[in-house]
Amino acid sequence: MTTMTAFERLSDEEKHNHFMQRIEAGEKIEAEDWMPEEYRMTLIKLISMHGISEIMGALPEKEWVPKAPTLRRKLGIMAKVQDEMGHGQLLLRVAEDLMKPYGRNREDIMQDLFTGRLKFHNVFHMPAPTWGDAGLIGWLVDGAAIITQTNMLKASYGPYARALQRICAEEVFHAQHGEAIIMALAEGTDEQKALVQDSLNRWWESLLMFFGPAAADTTGSSKQDTTIKYKIRTKTNEQLRQDFFTKYIPRVLSLGLELPDPTMRYDEEKGLWIYKQPDWNEFKEIVRNNGPKSKERLRLRQLSYENNAWVREALSPSNEAI
Amino acid sequence: MMKTPEDVRAQGHEKALKELLLQLADDDFIVAYRGSEWLGLAPHIEEDVAFSSISQDTMGHATMYYQLLEDLGLGVANDLAHARKPEERRNAILLEEVNGPGHYLEEPRYDWAFAVVRHYFYTQAKKIRIDSLQASSYEPLSHVAIKVNTELYYHLMHWKTWFKQLMTIPGEARERMLSAVSRSMEDAGGILALGPHEKKMTEAGLIEGEEFLKKRWLHEVEAMCDDCGVQVTLEPMMKRGNGRALEHTEDLTDAIKTLSAVYRQDPAAIW
Ligand SMILES: [Fe+2]
Ligand SMILES: [Fe+2]
Repeated sequence: MTTMTAFERLSDEEKHNHFMQRIEAGEKIEAEDWMPEEYRMTLIKLISMHGISEIMGALPEKEWVPKAPTLRRKLGIMAKVQDEMGHGQLLLRVAEDLMKPYGRNREDIMQDLFTGRLKFHNVFHMPAPTWGDAGLIGWLVDGAAIITQTNMLKASYGPYARALQRICAEEVFHAQHGEAIIMALAEGTDEQKALVQDSLNRWWESLLMFFGPAAADTTGSSKQDTTIKYKIRTKTNEQLRQDFFTKYIPRVLSLGLELPDPTMRYDEEKGLWIYKQPDWNEFKEIVRNNGPKSKERLRLRQLSYENNAWVREALSPSNEAI
Repeated sequence: MMKTPEDVRAQGHEKALKELLLQLADDDFIVAYRGSEWLGLAPHIEEDVAFSSISQDTMGHATMYYQLLEDLGLGVANDLAHARKPEERRNAILLEEVNGPGHYLEEPRYDWAFAVVRHYFYTQAKKIRIDSLQASSYEPLSHVAIKVNTELYYHLMHWKTWFKQLMTIPGEARERMLSAVSRSMEDAGGILALGPHEKKMTEAGLIEGEEFLKKRWLHEVEAMCDDCGVQVTLEPMMKRGNGRALEHTEDLTDAIKTLSAVYRQDPAAIW
């Protein structure tokens, strides 16, 4: 109690210094702790975007839930999309706690999604027209997500780090589920093999974009410096993209697939993958909800929001009192 | 007690068992599909998580029944699920009905009241059937019933909670629920039916008779409606036909087309 009072008497600058000392010491920050505005805002943006992306991310796979070709695959993809919804729920709760001091809640998150203020990951704006895409999403999109999320497992914000522990454990199953689909196709008929190459070509640029631009000057804004400063993450976007290449390029090649980028090579001297940059202007357009499926998927959410307005109304606290 | 497929054949109950298993499998297969169409469209994210978990469990139940059929030598589980024509299916018509206007990927205008009532009606019927199947004369089926029952407990609790919650709020919620109840009642007879081979099933000791199961269902639903303080005409009908007798609607044809879309690309391939 005495330390609390002493802490409250500190100036903002002293509080900030104390906070940074805790960050430097690797301490976990909890929801009720004092935190600088910039830290809170960065977390809200990061976590609500992550949470809403999990939810929007279920939509490209939704088409393939009933269409999955065997009972086992149906069960696998049903389990996966359910996990993704669960991740969304878990993360939005973390974000909601951070938003409380601003008097904002779930309703605001949904409204921000509809107005485009709250963005969701570029990959979930893309079409998934074949069963090959259902496999590729699990294998490489979840594979990429594991890389970015593992990078934040030790995040300085405790509630986020703990949510990520659980999420990452489940993501591993998703990647295995996706890999199993892809392996079956890659070992199958010529038509099945073609599905895989076709999906890889379709998703290549999106996968590169997934990690974000290397530096702020590419798209005009990047939060990576702030998140590294506060020890929310450790590696840069480019380091993560390189990790992804190192992990997956050998696997892609071992399946007999062709890399969609013929210029791609590993530079032994620099220890770096050299590759063709995706179109970052297109990336900007995509995350501004101008991607090929952005409007359609937002429409699905919005429609359900309108259709169920009567249910929300019925469940509102004023009715519960009756 | 019949412990193996050989016992079933030796005692001449193969036809009755096949019919019963197809009803159980086809019901869960189609209702799990209707549930999965709701993904991302439920009233809130918590419900999306819960509902997709229920649909996943239910697809798992269908899989177990198709597997029992495969074990009996009546076909490969995957083919039974995906290759059979709509006119060979035994599911109840109430379960094949679309969730509402629109398509699951395009302009779905689904009705949550209908979802709640249909799933409550069905899950209650399934619960009563499963309780009876726990004592089935076919041991592998009674084992499956015991497994299904542990999950079913939560499913039933889930739909009862929704039913009660929405039914007890005067105004739009209750009106929508009451209209969903009378609409669902028109086909609810189908989920309670055992079809043309009922007698063979009961004689084989596979399950209790339809009248008995129906009476318990009526009793449960009546208690629920009393609890909600609403008066409902409890008259489960089969207005559009009996799915157990292979009568179906266009909705099933469309559903099977979707469910087998990739399978049909190459039924012989390994997916
Ligand atoms: Fe996830
Ligand atoms: Fe995932």
